[in-house]
Amino acid sequence: MSDPTHSLAVALDARLRSLSKHRIFWPLVVLALMLLFNLLTNARFFSVTVRDGHLYGSLIDVLNRAAPLMIVSMGLTLVIATKGIDISVGSVMAISGATTAMLIGGKYVMGRDDMTSHPLALCILAGVGIALLFGMWNGFLVAYVGLQPIIATLILLVAGRGVAQLITEGQIVTIYYRPYSFIGNGFLLGLPVSYYIVAALLTLFLLLTRKTALGLFIESIGVNPVAARFSGVRARLILFWVYAMTGVCAGVAGLIVASNVKSADGNNAGLDLELDAILAVVLGGTSLNGGRFTLAGSVLGALIIQTLTTTIYFTGVAPEVTLVVKAIVVFVVSILQSDRVRTLLAARGPAREAVR
Amino acid sequence: MTPKVASLGRTLRFNARLLPIAVTIGLFLVMFGAGSISFDNFLSIQVFLNFFIDNAFLGIAAIGMTFVVVSGGIDLSVGSVIALTTMVSAALVVHHGWGPATTIPLVLAMGAAFGLLHGFIIQYFRVQPFIATLAGQFLARGLCYLISVDSIAIQSERYKAIALYRIPIGGGNEITVNVILLLIMLAVGIYLAHYTRFGRSVYAIGGNEQSALLMGLSVARTKILVYVWSGFCSALAGVCFTFYMLSGYGLHAKGLEMDAIACVVVGGTLLTGGLGYVVGTLLGMLVYSTILSLITFQGSLNSWWTKIVVGLLLLVFCLLQKVFERRQGQRSVSGKARAASHSATSLATRPATAK
Repeated sequence: MSDPTHSLAVALDARLRSLSKHRIFWPLVVLALMLLFNLLTNARFFSVTVRDGHLYGSLIDVLNRAAPLMIVSMGLTLVIATKGIDISVGSVMAISGATTAMLIGGKYVMGRDDMTSHPLALCILAGVGIALLFGMWNGFLVAYVGLQPIIATLILLVAGRGVAQLITEGQIVTIYYRPYSFIGNGFLLGLPVSYYIVAALLTLFLLLTRKTALGLFIESIGVNPVAARFSGVRARLILFWVYAMTGVCAGVAGLIVASNVKSADGNNAGLDLELDAILAVVLGGTSLNGGRFTLAGSVLGALIIQTLTTTIYFTGVAPEVTLVVKAIVVFVVSILQSDRVRTLLAARGPAREAVR
Repeated sequence: MTPKVASLGRTLRFNARLLPIAVTIGLFLVMFGAGSISFDNFLSIQVFLNFFIDNAFLGIAAIGMTFVVVSGGIDLSVGSVIALTTMVSAALVVHHGWGPATTIPLVLAMGAAFGLLHGFIIQYFRVQPFIATLAGQFLARGLCYLISVDSIAIQSERYKAIALYRIPIGGGNEITVNVILLLIMLAVGIYLAHYTRFGRSVYAIGGNEQSALLMGLSVARTKILVYVWSGFCSALAGVCFTFYMLSGYGLHAKGLEMDAIACVVVGGTLLTGGLGYVVGTLLGMLVYSTILSLITFQGSLNSWWTKIVVGLLLLVFCLLQKVFERRQGQRSVSGKARAASHSATSLATRPATAK
């Protein structure tokens, strides 16, 4: 075949094929389709304006609102890569938010918005620290006691809400401290502060997992924990710290949420976030069967979910309906990831080539 | 070893299998005793009956969950299937004028269909049970909100008549229709688990799915049926909940799956599957109800303590199971070839000394 157009088509086809093999190809396609839908139905979605030197608009808002989910799903990605799960992230978010809010103190003084009982750095450190402790607790139960991850984190899911309410004494604690709300609402060089937090954590995690052997170790635990241990990977230690880091991620996310709404609500902060986070990780292309993961994909996945939520707001459907859409997406994606469908698709691939 | 010692050993081993249930009964008696000493009016038959009246829906849902856990799976959709049942019932009764005779069979079929969906996805696409049922949980809650975002109160006279009907059982004590339903489901559950082919297959699959398959058991059918049964139980629990609350609401029974799992685990069912008793789950429900009552009687303890105590209870029983498993594992290592089945379990379940 020396037909130049044909060879070009073949080359293009091969290029597309290799591109579509890339892990974050499909998440990108989904995101692009969703943005296209918004472009066609309501162009307002894309307007970005500059006000007081800050960027404003739906797109910026989507990114800002997605920040907590992005951070949580980064941690969860690593847990899922070890073939584990952490369903306590929402509760840990509530705990860290509650801790920080209580340390700042919910006192309201007329006309003042700079009142805090403790230094800000201490409050933030305490919030993240307690989240780390609860993450380590999960890690201890999974790695050293040997509980199934779903059960170990289920315990914290149940008890964690109670702990959060215990800390806030069942109240919604309002934060009247302006510097703290900077984390969730502030701007730096025109961009929301939360972007920088996401970027910093993503960079840190990428460096840790891709520039060191840690990522490989995590994947090897996900594929076969016994084999990993026999090849000298300190499986338990790594498992322990993966859960601990997920706790930290949830803690940071909890601080952002508490800062964003200027209050801590033990009952509702981070409620049902665990499914969103799992969905983000799965949409991003990380396999639920463990053994391979992509952090960038999970961040994209979180972005897709937030875009979906915002899109549904814009179409005027009741926001609760997003639950149905998300559930169906989880069903479809997990079915597509299954071996049965994969072998089915793989069997059809060569057949298509043969026809051509 | 003399025959006498051997038979003694066998008796002890038999007791070891029943140990978790004995622990649960002991825990219940201690807690009930503590309540009776601390609070006036706690030690009465009606307080004990109220455990059943106030938690019948939980018990029924937990009976369904027992089968799922014994088969080695988990069902996180229980609470939201209950909510969906109350919502659909309320919508049919209030908006379409249906009676209980048509509504109840329909919602039961719907619950079973939900379970069928879970079972199918889990069995044919090998999706992990917690993912499939977590998605199902959100689907059911979302469907509630599709019907209505607000709570719908049921004014139907017939529903009210059933809900308020009291059955006197002598001595001035009475029970509700829900309690009868719970006791029927308990009997059906025990029969299914211990006297049918289906029940034995469930235990076999929970013990070792591969060997169950090699033994020629219909693994696929049984695993799907387990989720259908759990969906059915959840829907029946939803019917009870509808009688109990006389309303349909998307936020009903939020997080009830956790309570159901707690009942199952406290009742001595092994979370790794293969071992457990339906009657143990009822005992688990009694322990759970006692905790609720103690916190209510105490008065100054807030409701969030319930969550913490249930979480701690779950933890303690999970740890007990681990200890139990390890001791069995060690015995088999020193004993015969039982080790083969244990070496396949994850690294973490191995005794630390195995290094």
